[in-house]
Amino acid sequence: MTTAAFLCLLVLSIVGYVWNRQAASAIRNGGARLHSLTGFHGFYSLLMIFVPVVVLILLWLVLEGPVIDLVLKSGLSDRLDGLSTGETQLIVAEIKSIAGGSIFGTPEQWKLDAAERYNTLNVRSGQLLLVAVLAMSLALLFFSRRKVAAEFRARHGVERIVSGLMIFCSVVAVFVTIGIIASLMFETFRFFEKVSVAEFLFGTNWEPQIPLREDQVAAEGAFGWLPVMLGTLVITVVALLLAVPIGLMSAIYLNEFAPRRVRSIAKPFLEILAGVPTVVYGFFAILVVAPAIRSFGQGIGLDVSPNTALAAGSVMGIMLIPFISSFADDALSAVPQSLRDGALGLGATRAEMMTNVLFPAAIPGIVGGVLLAVSRAIGETMIVVMAAGLIARMTINPLDSVTTVTVQIVTLLIGDTSFDNPKTLAAFALGMMLFIVTLVINIFALRIVRKYREAYD
Amino acid sequence: MTDHSATPPSSIASSGSALMKKRNRHQKVLQGLGIAAISFAALMLFILISSLVSTGYKAFYQTHIQLEVFIDPEQISADNLQRGNFDDVLLDSLKVYFPDVEGRANLRKLESILSNGAQFKLRDRVQADPSLIGETVTVNVPVSDDYDQLAKGMVDRDSPANQRKLSDIQIGWFDTLDEAGAITQPINWALLTNADSRFPELAGLKGALVGSFWALLVCFLISFPLGIGAAIYLEEFAPKNKWSDLIEVNINNLAAVPSVVFGLLALAVFIGWFGMPRSAPLVGGMTLALMTMPTIIIATRAALKAVPPSIREAALGVGASKHQVVFGHVLPLAMPGILTGTIIGLAQALGETAPLLLIGMNAFITSAPDSPLDSATALPTQIFIWADSPERGFVSRTSAAILVLLTFLIAMNAIAIYLRSKFERKW
Repeated sequence: MTTAAFLCLLVLSIVGYVWNRQAASAIRNGGARLHSLTGFHGFYSLLMIFVPVVVLILLWLVLEGPVIDLVLKSGLSDRLDGLSTGETQLIVAEIKSIAGGSIFGTPEQWKLDAAERYNTLNVRSGQLLLVAVLAMSLALLFFSRRKVAAEFRARHGVERIVSGLMIFCSVVAVFVTIGIIASLMFETFRFFEKVSVAEFLFGTNWEPQIPLREDQVAAEGAFGWLPVMLGTLVITVVALLLAVPIGLMSAIYLNEFAPRRVRSIAKPFLEILAGVPTVVYGFFAILVVAPAIRSFGQGIGLDVSPNTALAAGSVMGIMLIPFISSFADDALSAVPQSLRDGALGLGATRAEMMTNVLFPAAIPGIVGGVLLAVSRAIGETMIVVMAAGLIARMTINPLDSVTTVTVQIVTLLIGDTSFDNPKTLAAFALGMMLFIVTLVINIFALRIVRKYREAYD
Repeated sequence: MTDHSATPPSSIASSGSALMKKRNRHQKVLQGLGIAAISFAALMLFILISSLVSTGYKAFYQTHIQLEVFIDPEQISADNLQRGNFDDVLLDSLKVYFPDVEGRANLRKLESILSNGAQFKLRDRVQADPSLIGETVTVNVPVSDDYDQLAKGMVDRDSPANQRKLSDIQIGWFDTLDEAGAITQPINWALLTNADSRFPELAGLKGALVGSFWALLVCFLISFPLGIGAAIYLEEFAPKNKWSDLIEVNINNLAAVPSVVFGLLALAVFIGWFGMPRSAPLVGGMTLALMTMPTIIIATRAALKAVPPSIREAALGVGASKHQVVFGHVLPLAMPGILTGTIIGLAQALGETAPLLLIGMNAFITSAPDSPLDSATALPTQIFIWADSPERGFVSRTSAAILVLLTFLIAMNAIAIYLRSKFERKW
């Protein structure tokens, strides 16, 4: 039905375009002077029909499900009275699966009836949508046709609609941010209804379990995020210890010393390294790096756990090398030529010019890049999900297995759909902390980078 | 002044030659460190690629066994194919090679040479052509994973028997079959034409490829118009005030938000509040679109900026309106740059995994999706699933899937580079 509605809309807006255009041509051929070109008259009709009706269809699609659910539940109010939300959801889900044709066992008759009603409601809704789309498109078609006249400012109309659309597009980005903050806050508040803020922020124990039975005592679950954050920091530090020196050194070399040919080969190399998806790095970590570190550790008599922070961190470091290198390269290139010329003119070697003049001058830009790399390392997910551990420990030993914020978010949410227990809600609380931490670092870093650019521009 | 400029440089060098040596050494060290850093990065890339290729190429061919099967009308009847004893029929044809194997346990072991999917393959063939019942047909079916590993040399025959999955007798069976010429190793098209399976020898990428295609299509349809619209407005029309500053800062920050947070957003809003289906490429594509949009906006703005003001002034000069200037002249000239940025953004989206995990696109699904609303996996999440699977056959399949993914990424980037070099204009 939705496809039919869309087709209908498409055909009618094209009809509107052609009709209005021809009407405008007829007026022009009659000798009158048009304010707008005939094409604008056509586009006016097309946009007048297309935009509102697309909004209608999208709204319909979003609201259809919840409204039908509501009608379904109100029809069953005598059956559902006194049941908890969870039980209600279960029954609704069962009815829907019956309606979808997959019947398990022998459901009660009222459920079968409800499933049938659910199907009819869906069909009705589709028909109603088609009728609404037709009616609205036709109304708009005739409305815009009546507007065609010699002095009608169709171009202004079109431009106003297009400007409106473009403003909408720019605001979507703001809506996304608002959506992120709203959804995270909403679920986080629900989490803090069950677990106290102090326990979450200062607790040193992270064991996200939920009691399966009412009387279960052992598995209360502990939600202190400190060990998780500590694990994230350990891995981030390992990654940066690898990525910062190597990234900086390669940037210095490429920027100042490399012959043109080396530069033209090495740059694409680094770009390939930057374009490899993180899931590939994760597999690389478990296939090559972790076994290598483990056998090396055993070779020198160290006890290395199979998913060490070192393996995940060093692979993450490899991922960050091109990131830091390109930021440092940009920062070095942004230092004005006069500083280079001045240093060389005073008799400095190129290495002295680099270490004593260029590098200090580029430090703010480089720090900004490193900070962005830190925020990426904290938010990086796939490498740690595949290569780091699951159990939170208060340790800073990189040979131990640690867990990270992102690992916990993914493991808590995979395969679990209900949003009413602290275990799944904890993932949103962690997500909130992750968002806040990375946002602060990002804003700080972007400001440094921008300030620094302005200083030399 | 004159004193200084008159001193020849050689005298400086000779007067402090020890110092000069030290300074030159310093330069050598710095250069050496730089070369070492670049070589380290190159070495890592080399190890990454070579480890993937060396484990992955084995998944591009598959060990098959060719059997002459008599489709016994006593075991299989035309009107009840679903209950036909296809496995017994296959076992009978295997027994031809091993007349002396007896006993239930041994026969079951013998049967395990064949992939679990062999009987279904035979069933589908008979279903398509019921006249085969009573005939002898040649079937070519995959062998099960353990024997596939054996044929590919992944099993150390000299290791103690309790450390490998196949006993000496089983290895002997396989060698007998091999000597009889029943074993072939054709190219493994099933890797691309099969959907996922619990059995490595049957698992393929079709579901993931189709799922990724739908997700990317949705992502493109949403992020391309939204991104271009926003970029044109911000670059060409927006007044410079607090609001446009806010939007700008917002977009830059959005580009740096961790991808897993977008997954949380999608889970809470799209699935939790709007009630959209889990694991659907539609939801995956919408999530990816939110992440790709900032990339496209930033690329489009750069492309618009690169169009020289003279174009705008000329169009305005002959009486075009601001909109006509932008849509008639600036935008077409900026299009190659915009498309390049979009393709690179889509390539990033293709490799993105974490948000798709959160919306459930890591489900185990054995058929390719028919529409963007069906449950599906995507290429990167399929890689994640296979990397997590314990069977040995999945190690090489994971590498092979990664090679397929990297091929797509390289192709997309190559198109972007081609577009850039072909249509880019220097003003």
